[in-house]
Amino acid sequence: MTPVLRAVSPGPYVTIQDAGRPGWHRFGVSGCGAMDMPSLVAGNALVGNPPDAPALEFAHVGGSWEILAQSVRIAVTGGSFGVTADGVAVQPWRSHRLQRGQVLHIKGASDAVWGYLAVAHGFDLAPQLGSCATHLRSGLGVGRFVEGDTLPLRVASVPIARERQLVPHASTADPIRVVMGPQDGYFSQQEIAAFLASTYRMTHRSDRMGAWLDGPVVAHCGGFNVISDGLVPGCIQIPGSGKPVVLLMDCQTIGGYPKLATIVSADLPRFAQCRPGSPVKFAAIDIDAAQLLYRGYRAALAQIPQTVREIPERTALPFWLRAS
Amino acid sequence: MTMLRRPDPDKAASTASVVQADAYPRFAPVGEAALTVEFGNAVEPALNAQVIALDTALAAAELDGIVETVPSYRSLLVCYEPLEISYHKLVAELRRLLAHGLQERAGRAMTWDVPVVYEASYGIDLPEVVQRTNLTEEAVVSLHTSAEYFIYTIGYAPGMPYLGGVPPALHLSRRDTPRPHVEAGAVMIGGAQACIVPTTVPSAWYQLGLTPLRPFDVSRADPFLFRPGDRIRFRRVALAEFEWLSRLSFEALLQYVRTEA
Repeated sequence: MTPVLRAVSPGPYVTIQDAGRPGWHRFGVSGCGAMDMPSLVAGNALVGNPPDAPALEFAHVGGSWEILAQSVRIAVTGGSFGVTADGVAVQPWRSHRLQRGQVLHIKGASDAVWGYLAVAHGFDLAPQLGSCATHLRSGLGVGRFVEGDTLPLRVASVPIARERQLVPHASTADPIRVVMGPQDGYFSQQEIAAFLASTYRMTHRSDRMGAWLDGPVVAHCGGFNVISDGLVPGCIQIPGSGKPVVLLMDCQTIGGYPKLATIVSADLPRFAQCRPGSPVKFAAIDIDAAQLLYRGYRAALAQIPQTVREIPERTALPFWLRAS
Repeated sequence: MTMLRRPDPDKAASTASVVQADAYPRFAPVGEAALTVEFGNAVEPALNAQVIALDTALAAAELDGIVETVPSYRSLLVCYEPLEISYHKLVAELRRLLAHGLQERAGRAMTWDVPVVYEASYGIDLPEVVQRTNLTEEAVVSLHTSAEYFIYTIGYAPGMPYLGGVPPALHLSRRDTPRPHVEAGAVMIGGAQACIVPTTVPSAWYQLGLTPLRPFDVSRADPFLFRPGDRIRFRRVALAEFEWLSRLSFEALLQYVRTEA
């Protein structure tokens, strides 16, 4: 029997994500990929996978998944998600070995939107255009999961071994850094200054394609229809309403609203993880500073697997003498 | 053509601060890992030709650190790896390529003869187009099939061509309520633009007919049929021919529709 994860009651917005599908933008194919790449890398590192191996990504809640394999090693990352296995608490940001028939239940987190369920050795999926990332609108990758769906695993069992943990990257409330442009010329200096001084709020109208912000209107001075042109995740579009829309990983490949600024790669995962209602402020940095920041971000991503620590084996001491 | 022609004080004042005409080509960062090169601010084949020429020249230059490029109507988006090439270095390289002079149309250019069935159940928005344009159905179809269309860019959905060249009599503002599911193969018009739908998409454009051609099929060796710069003509076919073409293999169908320029 093929080892699988079976969706008992999957969350409403569960997809498979990896590092995405670069190289096909020119053909209208969205890049996709994890909304929070550092958390995907962390999950994979905890179960011993390559950093960009495909994992389950979910928004808000992961739902219930039954283990139909002899054993699996899993890790949940992204935030302080409430996770149980057969009702027993399972800590996020560490690996766990689960047995056939156990049901993993992933509830919400107070500090995150996007979570990841990484499985050791990964899922048995065929990449399309070089990636297993799901893109629901174009039908690429494995689609939306419904009750009873199964997700094939590459291995049927994993050996007993020391489990591993890591300390999640510290989150901050610092402003989200942006590089102005490419179409900031459609806005007056006063409007740009007001945008950078304002506090916006993340709304519920946010998904893998984009995040709609609430807050002060940004007025255009040159109309709001630009000739559609190429864009990337992080672009802050100002549509006719004047309320900013931040494009995210599943964004279309070209768009026709003025792009006031672009969130830097290093801060995009932190922005994507902002929960509805949470405040968002932006700070402009120049291109040189942004490229320096990018170096640091890439170095930190590469460093994540080295921050994984084996959990010491339990001592034989009775529980009242244990440290914690 | 959206370029400002007549003096309009409001617009002139606002666009003056946007970009001066002599500022092209204009370079701007799109975050720290992409930049855009704008050649103008109009939908014109001549501007689009410059975009495609720079794209072709950049590919031939084989610079380290180029991740991908997205040619569109009047600008080229260049995504790059900042660990390998900086913004300033890349801008300098692009300026050097532009200074050398670009060769127009170095790449492939195809002409596509796209069979379309316009009958009632396929041209679901034909009646609305007839009503809005005050033309007969025959006249609408004849206008649609008489024009030569030009692929400016591919986008919105995998492999979807954005076509220019729609006869002005067929320029209609979008439908008020988008249709949530337009099927693959739908042949549509919207404003001055036209398209062929590659995968099920929502759209507020008008579906005039259906073609057996699929602009995108992930199972094909080359999943994408069209390239910017290709030309398209629509040809009316009877339902029987449409059904016959629909049963052909992709390779056989290509023999009927593709001409290398």
